[in-house]
Amino acid sequence: MDLPTFLVQCLNALQYGLLLFLVASGLTLIFGIMGVINLAHGSFYMIGAYLAFSLAPVFGGNFAATLVAGLVLAVIFGYALEWLFVSYLYERDHLQQVLMTYGLILVFEELRSILVDNDVHGVPVPKWLDGSVQLGDLMQYPVYRLAVSAVCLAVAAALYVVIARTRLGMMIRAGSSNREMVQSLGINIKFLYRVVFAAGVALAVLAGMIAAPVSSVYPGMGAQVLIVCFVVVVIGGIGSVRGAFLAALLVGIVDTFGKVLFPQAAGIAIYLLMAAILLWKPEGLFRQG
Amino acid sequence: MPDTGAPLLRAHGVTRRFGGLAAVSEVSLDLAEGAIHAVIGTNGAGKSTLINVLAGEIAITGGSVELLGIDVTHWPQPKRAQAGLGRSYQRTTIFPRFSVFENCRLAAQATHQVPWNWWTAAADCPKSTALAREALDRTGLAGLADRTAGLLSHGEKRQLEIAMCVATRPRVLLLDEPLAGMGAEEAQRMVELLNRIKPTHAILLVEHDMDAVFRVSDRITVMVNGAVIASDVPAAVRADAEVQLAYLGEVHV
Amino acid sequence: MMATIRRLFVPLTVMVLLFAFPLATTGFYLEFTSKVMILAIFALSLELLVGATGLVSLGHAAFYGIAAYATVLLSPKFGAASVFWLLPAAVTCSALYALLVGALSLRTRGVYFIMVTLAFAQMAYYVFHDTKLGGGTDGIYLNFKPEVILFGTKLLDPGKPVALYYVVLVSLVLVFLFLAVLLKSRFGRVLAGIKSNEQRMRAAGFATFPYKLAAFTLAGALAGLAGFLVAVKDGFVNPEMLSWHESGAVLLMLILGGMGRLSGAVLGAFAFALLQLFFQWEVVFGNFAKHWPLMLGGTIILCVAFMPNGLIGLPAQWRARRARKTTEEARA
Repeated sequence: MDLPTFLVQCLNALQYGLLLFLVASGLTLIFGIMGVINLAHGSFYMIGAYLAFSLAPVFGGNFAATLVAGLVLAVIFGYALEWLFVSYLYERDHLQQVLMTYGLILVFEELRSILVDNDVHGVPVPKWLDGSVQLGDLMQYPVYRLAVSAVCLAVAAALYVVIARTRLGMMIRAGSSNREMVQSLGINIKFLYRVVFAAGVALAVLAGMIAAPVSSVYPGMGAQVLIVCFVVVVIGGIGSVRGAFLAALLVGIVDTFGKVLFPQAAGIAIYLLMAAILLWKPEGLFRQG
Repeated sequence: MPDTGAPLLRAHGVTRRFGGLAAVSEVSLDLAEGAIHAVIGTNGAGKSTLINVLAGEIAITGGSVELLGIDVTHWPQPKRAQAGLGRSYQRTTIFPRFSVFENCRLAAQATHQVPWNWWTAAADCPKSTALAREALDRTGLAGLADRTAGLLSHGEKRQLEIAMCVATRPRVLLLDEPLAGMGAEEAQRMVELLNRIKPTHAILLVEHDMDAVFRVSDRITVMVNGAVIASDVPAAVRADAEVQLAYLGEVHV
Repeated sequence: MMATIRRLFVPLTVMVLLFAFPLATTGFYLEFTSKVMILAIFALSLELLVGATGLVSLGHAAFYGIAAYATVLLSPKFGAASVFWLLPAAVTCSALYALLVGALSLRTRGVYFIMVTLAFAQMAYYVFHDTKLGGGTDGIYLNFKPEVILFGTKLLDPGKPVALYYVVLVSLVLVFLFLAVLLKSRFGRVLAGIKSNEQRMRAAGFATFPYKLAAFTLAGALAGLAGFLVAVKDGFVNPEMLSWHESGAVLLMLILGGMGRLSGAVLGAFAFALLQLFFQWEVVFGNFAKHWPLMLGGTIILCVAFMPNGLIGLPAQWRARRARKTTEEARA
């Protein structure tokens, strides 16, 4: 592999890993703080992508406006979903949560089928990002992909600031390691949960929207991203956003280079990675507590 | 002090660190057959951690543990249990949905595991049923054998906890606050139980109930912040100045 | 004595009905019931894991699909194989993968275990979906169904639907009885103890990992039996048999029927298949029938929310509610 190709693959790995982080961070936060395993989390990613596709004509192709509209809808949707559905899952055991959120996946998939369709779609890259950067003599890299990575990094940084430096973040960190304690401290737990859930949904929806021009919009994308996110969370440790970040990057690298170096073993590289880590450190690489 | 036998469990310099914090620091003690060795201390003194390390539930950071002359320092818990070490838990750890009898029988089964025999019903297993009956008789629960364990009173559940512990006929017992949450009458019954099983076991007793501790122990070790500050016969411990200082205002009546 | 008869009454009646069924019907209903009985075996295998041992696996379909694929791939292209080596071979393939996955997954607990089992199933799915091994997304056909040949005579022709029906029925009965005996045995009681309080089991002296691994492998093998039967029945396998939808469906059967009881697993399989059929019934739902997953999803949510003990647990639930009502009325 020559240097420009290697560089391209590195950038691809970075972009994929960062997108994964966006989705996985929501999943791990929701589980870490509320103790809910939500199988439908991948559906939010899918919803984001289909939103980007459906809203684009509404805003005449203005991608920024589509993003903002999509995020607003996501927050409202997440807030409502927590209030009407997820809040009933807190007291239930994992099996019931798994099954109820599995039912939710079926509902979301069919709603999408009814409201939009079951087809594969493309979403055009916004014009002002539609260009390439020169890498070496022969290689070019799409500006949009770099922009995606940049947005993900910005969100990651924002997440870090919120979690490490704000009161809300303090409550999140406390809730992540000791839920009962936070509750007994009289913090408005209902509101905290709703905010965290809505944020998790928004993160996944955002990821889906910005990924749409790159990875296209297809029905199975929710399931696919969910399972990879599970691998990320297992490796990074539940409830650890830092762990999710590092694990997502690791998975991004292994998956991208795996597909390039061993195209036949394409899909299974990350599962082999997970198996190896389970052998070595069953608690995950960065498990807290 | 009654005639006690050779030490069945010896702990040398047992240390357990969590990051920079030493929850248990250089604790040494012996458990002799026919004797009760109590470990007391304020909250957070490291008593439960000590039991967990001796039982093999959490890994040891330093020191050694010898059971019946064998070095079991790095043995996992089930292996130590098989070698004759039993423990009870501070938080009642029983099988709430099973009957009292089945609770003991299943625990006793550990000494006679025949997993490949899939055709014989467990209830027909002579060895485990006999051990269960014996354990229930010794702890005075024979009358409640068919009751569902989850429906017992708190005191009865604590008794069952002990019964399950002795069902495997261990030589050494680690008891973590068996009197926890008990009223006076129940505590009295538990103390009688402990005296009944004392002659055939070497017992480590972690307790907060000072009255019971001083009544029933042959030796007392006092821990503060993970380290031992005194280890002697009860009378000497009671008179020890350092112990009195540590316990000022914390003694249970 | 009376209690035993009462307890056995329903299962025995069901068995008699099932044995008599082919005399009354043919074609679609026969095939449908065969399929459901195979799903019942699949569900029973998961019950051993989830209901008996408390290990929630979201990747059980992998063992179902692997045996099915093994059945097709190991069958010679130009003749029928003997069931006496094909069946053990297919089941062994599933059991081996279960052993491997179990050895790794059981190092985790709780939610991690759920996620890891799903991931390993997905890995197997990709092997059959993306590589030429399994004919890709199209799947592969079984050219010749295996035969039951004993001492040179052909005992059964699994190609005939009725013969296959009885093979499946007998298998179901045998698996049911085997598990019923197993769960009462010492091994089965240890599993129950692990489910109830694993810490206490370890404190008593049980090394719990080997027991869990044995249960996991056995469950995988039994799922493999179901996979073998479905491959023989349909003569066709495709990667979707290993998909997480299949894993979710079988988990659903357990909670629908009621966990903790073997008959719950069987009941759940029937209930699930009937529900799925019902929601696809155009006579009732018209054009909306093609969106049956929506109704299925809604039903799942409602079932888990309001029927946590499944259909089998309904009588007890009603009795409890009636008892509560009478005490409330008495107090008022």
